[in-house]
Amino acid sequence: MKEAVTIDAKGIFYRELNAKLRKVVSNGTQKIELRNVYGQRYIGTDLDKPVEIEIFGTPGNDLGAFMDGPRIIVHGNAQDGCGNTMNNGEIIIHGHAGDILGLSARGGKIFVREDVGYRAGIHMKEYQDKKPMVVIGGTAQDFLGEYMAGGILILLGLKLKEGESHKANFIGTGMHGGAIYIRGDVEEFQLGKEVSAAELDENDHSVLKKLVGEFAYHFGYDAGEILKHKFTKLFPLYLRPYGRLYAY
Amino acid sequence: MKTYLPPKFIVERDDSRCIRCEVCVNQCTFDVHSYDTEDAELKSHEENCVGCHRCVVFCPTEALTIRGNPLDYRENYNWRPEVIEDIIKQSETGGVLLTGMGNDKSYRIYWDHLVLNASQVTNPSIDPLREPMELSTYLGQKPDRVEFGSHGLTTELPPQVKLEVPVMFSAMSYGAVSLNVQESLARAATEMGTLWNTGEGGLHPKLYKYGDNTIVQVASGRFGVHPEYLNVAKVVEIKIGQGAKPGIGGHLPGEKVSAEVSSTRMIPKGTDALSPAPQHDIYSIEDLAQLVYALKEATNYTKPVAVKIAAVHNSAAIASGMVRAGADIIVLDGLRGSTGAAPKIIRDNVGIPIELALASVDDRLRQEGIRNQASVVIAGGIRNSGDVAKAIALGADAIYIGTAALVALGCTLCQQCHTGKCAWGICTTDPWLTKRVNPDIGARRLSNLLRGWSLELKDILGGMGINALESLRGNRLHLRGVGLTDTELEILGVRMAGS
Ligand code: SF4
Ligand code: SF4
Repeated sequence: MKEAVTIDAKGIFYRELNAKLRKVVSNGTQKIELRNVYGQRYIGTDLDKPVEIEIFGTPGNDLGAFMDGPRIIVHGNAQDGCGNTMNNGEIIIHGHAGDILGLSARGGKIFVREDVGYRAGIHMKEYQDKKPMVVIGGTAQDFLGEYMAGGILILLGLKLKEGESHKANFIGTGMHGGAIYIRGDVEEFQLGKEVSAAELDENDHSVLKKLVGEFAYHFGYDAGEILKHKFTKLFPLYLRPYGRLYAY
Repeated sequence: MKTYLPPKFIVERDDSRCIRCEVCVNQCTFDVHSYDTEDAELKSHEENCVGCHRCVVFCPTEALTIRGNPLDYRENYNWRPEVIEDIIKQSETGGVLLTGMGNDKSYRIYWDHLVLNASQVTNPSIDPLREPMELSTYLGQKPDRVEFGSHGLTTELPPQVKLEVPVMFSAMSYGAVSLNVQESLARAATEMGTLWNTGEGGLHPKLYKYGDNTIVQVASGRFGVHPEYLNVAKVVEIKIGQGAKPGIGGHLPGEKVSAEVSSTRMIPKGTDALSPAPQHDIYSIEDLAQLVYALKEATNYTKPVAVKIAAVHNSAAIASGMVRAGADIIVLDGLRGSTGAAPKIIRDNVGIPIELALASVDDRLRQEGIRNQASVVIAGGIRNSGDVAKAIALGADAIYIGTAALVALGCTLCQQCHTGKCAWGICTTDPWLTKRVNPDIGARRLSNLLRGWSLELKDILGGMGINALESLRGNRLHLRGVGLTDTELEILGVRMAGS
């Protein structure tokens, strides 16, 4: 196995940086450290090898877009479009993430320690063994899980104070597949018209145990503590939310 | 509820010719014909007939005639039968009226008001039968200037795609059309040196081998989009909108998501494939640039990225933004662009004629000095090589055809694509029906069509005394307008015939 490679990204345009990554990865390198990352976009795109990329700084939009395999660890915050249409791989963010986290992802896992922006998990979808999974440690903005067609979205709200609740509205609007788990209560008015809340069953608990376990491992939490709290499951009411809209 | 809808068509069966073979019963997918064993007679449920003429073509004794029901309501220019029937349908269902194909209303077709030039006396025409004629077209961004060294070109060119014929097959997704239709398109494109377009439903594994002649689409649903899909293609096209339904997303109904379709779209069988109206990562030109470059990164800058929009009021300004956002090809889909399913009210009322959009976009890009930075492709109701030649003269680099290609495969524009029951086996995923298009024959019919158009284009060029399509491109002096107002002529950038 090749040694870890360190790249100083300071002052490098994204196109050049990503070209460098392609080259390094094609040489068989399996671990890369990116230092001084200041907003460079598309890191991890077009890398289809199981390489681990550790990012120090602030990667730009579309981190891991269309990604197919690598594992990215961010020591900092991610911006918008993180995991956009991702196919496979893992993104672990020791910080916040912006809007449309995991947009249209079809596979892979994303763990965010803190909060995320609007429309997280929008239109994620699953197919056979491909199932995107997103765990958010903090809270989220409106339209969480909008149009979701598959996959798993977990919102933990770990930083919410006693008595404080998630503020997101329109959760699961247009959702027609997959499941959203929210730690704590959500009020009926916060939900989109196409979802409903349910108690957790055996299977839900084992899903949570596994994914929250991984989350806790990445960020040094006690999974048992997190799981003690009550969770609400949101599921789509219809496979075909817009089936009765039309006249022929 | 009893329907107040009268039959649209009258089915006439000449009993002296009918041999009771029941071909019509089998061919009709709308349950019009049935065989009454007791009376040994064929019966018709005329109210179901959509006028697709499948039964007429396949009746071995030509016993069938389908005629429009004259529906002689009291004459009323405002309350035409179509208007009345639409109200009846909605009062019986309470839904959005869905339809298929393109806008069928009487908006002016500018192609029919443009005429082409030919050489007479003062410069000679060229005989394409004996002299080489060049139809090749290169799509992609062209550099502002080129430099040559002792060994030729030294400027590094952005990726270019060569077309032997400037006519490509428009996006038609697997799910909207059948796999046999896509295979026919892919094979014809390969044979004729042009491109076909997957639409937004992913690419079936069986068709990967035609990758070199394939445009893959990335639309708001991102169905079946993954690195392999992007990399196998020649061009990646971002779909923002389409002419049949500008601003509207798509709902492929669950019934059409068969096991096979589900494997290509990569969603579970039987679920609706919902394409949101916007791409949720694009709310601005800057965001578009982000997706354009995400796709360029994902394909390592090896292929042109196209962006397709519906032609709308602001197309020229939007097109300028698209070019600045890094699009190598911009695609404009006009008022008459077709679809597998769209709300009728949108199809018939939203968007602008492609001729006007093309002229204004080409002008705008020239004025801004960025016309070279992107190729311009148009779509939406192109019917023949005459339209193609006029479009090229107005400024298009290439043309997409969708409906014309389906007509080559048998489509009679019955506009029932959204029902999934296409009797011609085109716009359906029903395995029994899709067999009606045989890819061997389909590919041949499509290649024949393109061959015919190429020959005609060469004739048109030869008549003008030019031997390369490149010399016609954007050369509006070869066009004249007939029966157009001054404003129309001005927007088209064309002079009145006779001037
Ligand atoms: S095949 Fe078409 S034209 Fe013939 S009866 Fe059926 S719907 Fe009418
Ligand atoms: S594709 Fe089929 S259903 Fe659609 S208009 Fe043509 S013949 Fe009719």
